[in-house]
Amino acid sequence: MTVETVDGVVGALPGLNTRQRKKALVREAAIALGIALVLMFIIPAILTGLGQGIRVNQLGRFLALAIAALGIDLIWGFTGLLSLGHGIFFALGGYALAMHLQLQDGQIPEFFSLYGVSELPGFWQPFRSLPFTLIAVVIAPAVVAAAIGYLVFRNRIRGVYFSILTQAALIVFFNFFNGQQKLINGTNGLKTDTSTFFGLQVSDPRIQTTFYAFSILFLLGGYFLCRWLTSGRIGRVLVAIRDDEPRVRFSGYNPTGYKVFVFAVSAALAGVAGALYTVQSGIITPKAMDVAFSIEMVIWVALGGRGTLVGAILGTLIVNFARTLLSEKFPEFWLFFQGALFLIVVTVLPMGILGWLRTDGINWLRSLSGREKLITYPSLETDPDVEYERKNLGDSESDG
Amino acid sequence: MNEKILEIQNLTVRFGGFTAINNLNFSLEQGELRVVIGPNGAGKTTFMDAITGKTKPTEGQVFFKGKNLRPYAEYEISRMGIGRKFQTPRVYQKLTPRENLELSGARKKNVWESLTASSSTAERRTVVGLLETIGLAVKADIPAELLSHGEKQRLEIGMLVAQSPDLLLVDEPVAGLTDEETEKVGDLLLTLAESHSIMVIEHDMEFVRQIARQVTVLHQGSVLCEGTMDEVQNNPKVIEVYLGSEEAHAA
Ligand SMILES: Nc1ncnc2c1ncn2[C@@H]1O[C@H](COP(=O)(O)OP(=O)(O)OP(=O)(O)O)[C@@H](O)[C@H]1O
Ligand SMILES: [Mg+2]
Repeated sequence: MTVETVDGVVGALPGLNTRQRKKALVREAAIALGIALVLMFIIPAILTGLGQGIRVNQLGRFLALAIAALGIDLIWGFTGLLSLGHGIFFALGGYALAMHLQLQDGQIPEFFSLYGVSELPGFWQPFRSLPFTLIAVVIAPAVVAAAIGYLVFRNRIRGVYFSILTQAALIVFFNFFNGQQKLINGTNGLKTDTSTFFGLQVSDPRIQTTFYAFSILFLLGGYFLCRWLTSGRIGRVLVAIRDDEPRVRFSGYNPTGYKVFVFAVSAALAGVAGALYTVQSGIITPKAMDVAFSIEMVIWVALGGRGTLVGAILGTLIVNFARTLLSEKFPEFWLFFQGALFLIVVTVLPMGILGWLRTDGINWLRSLSGREKLITYPSLETDPDVEYERKNLGDSESDG
Repeated sequence: MNEKILEIQNLTVRFGGFTAINNLNFSLEQGELRVVIGPNGAGKTTFMDAITGKTKPTEGQVFFKGKNLRPYAEYEISRMGIGRKFQTPRVYQKLTPRENLELSGARKKNVWESLTASSSTAERRTVVGLLETIGLAVKADIPAELLSHGEKQRLEIGMLVAQSPDLLLVDEPVAGLTDEETEKVGDLLLTLAESHSIMVIEHDMEFVRQIARQVTVLHQGSVLCEGTMDEVQNNPKVIEVYLGSEEAHAA
């Protein structure tokens, strides 16, 4: 009988020696790089050739969103922290970059004159510097998340209470940004498309292509960052925290530090996503901190498959393209569709598309193509007890 | 002089108005194997909770190697060298037995250390040895959720040992095991007792007889009596509250 292992069923490859593991890693890196290159050079050419050039910009935006989804997967899929407030971090990243762009022409941004503000508020000053801005895009969300996380996790607030708190924080931030016209233009938000950047208008195709490329690069980087985190020792600890946090303490680990850390990393990813999304859509407003948007991020991950990383990316692209296409054709149906989608995921595919593919789906696909069933746990196959049970208790499936 | 590894003075734990542990005094010598018995609800698990920091004592002190444990959090107490096995086996279900043991056995447990850590050859060898000891070598790389109840019990004891604690607190290690498995766990504990101080909570009298040297009987949150198995079994108070109900004919 042929014995093969399924890649990544429980995260890392079980029972493989280091050489095989390295080979698998190299293969994964090669595939990811290949996909990135196709996205970068081939897809835009095809879309433009088909007269669908506008889709390239959409794809770029959705790839940026996928970076945020990776972060959600990291804390929800692997650590069991369901954040319903990631809009905060997304917006912080977006606003940071937008502020820098608003300051490009050397004068104070136009909207200030509407509210009779003649002097640039102090906290805008450092955003004149591009390096500062770039650091702020990552660090500001991470610091805010770490602060919120520390207070919450240290007090052992978990589960639903954590989710509610993140949502409450989101509403606080929304109201603040929405109300502060004299500081950040309130509900109108900050426009970026008319600003100049490196001597070109931000909406210029050359600049947009650059941002598109950066979205791919950061998504790739984000993916490997999460892969690295989740496949090492720390990843094991995160899964242990997800499955039985109180127990982890008795193994000598302090979950607070781990959760603060991973929440901050996830927020930083959302910040990068927010910045890249903002410059490709031309504006950031407090709407990025709508409750619905933060919940949507969770839906992307749920659909693609929690704890799979690739699923987070796939889910984001599927939902967002579905929304775009559907709302072009039937604008009034999208919300129903989204609700239905979520219900289907919860009831039929609780582990999402990728979760299903990795368990039942793979056998289903193989049976379609007439190939033998894949054995998930080769070591069980050689276990004498299992062998005995199989002979004597009839043929039962080797996995659920 | 033999320093006491664990010393408990006037320990009281209250939940609201209910007193689960009532002015309890207790001590354990270095290297001792002690069995704690007592009827359901006697406060045995709560006693372990108070030692390991899960529940803070309402009154009284717990000293481990002469150190008052009150200010420390669970993870700090664990790192000082107290390992604990729970009443219902609690292993990390989605991790494999190997990963469960590696996690428990890691010497460095801070975030930054975990970021870069990979198991040293020595650590990995220890894990392989442990897998042999607890009889899970063939199932080392399947998720622990697929293990049987008995295997999970053994895995959790393995996780304890991996932590290389000085004091092991073991809550009902043979609940739900077959006679054969019970004996295996008993032998395992006896082997461990050669190099560790151990406190075992158990209901299974056969098992207690197999491993016990000194027995402490808890009743309504206090120590009812202490002594060898024979002494305890013949103590009229014990027969009345505990053995009398379950084991009258055996005694
Ligand atoms: N967190 C809690 N809040 C309120 N009461 C509690 C709590 N924990 C334990 N108790 C009560 O304290 C008493 C002692 O419980 P404990 O679990 O220590 O008993 P036990 O001796 O371990 O019993 P068993 O043999 O059934 O495991 C019980 O009456 C229980 O209901
Ligand atoms: Mg108990």
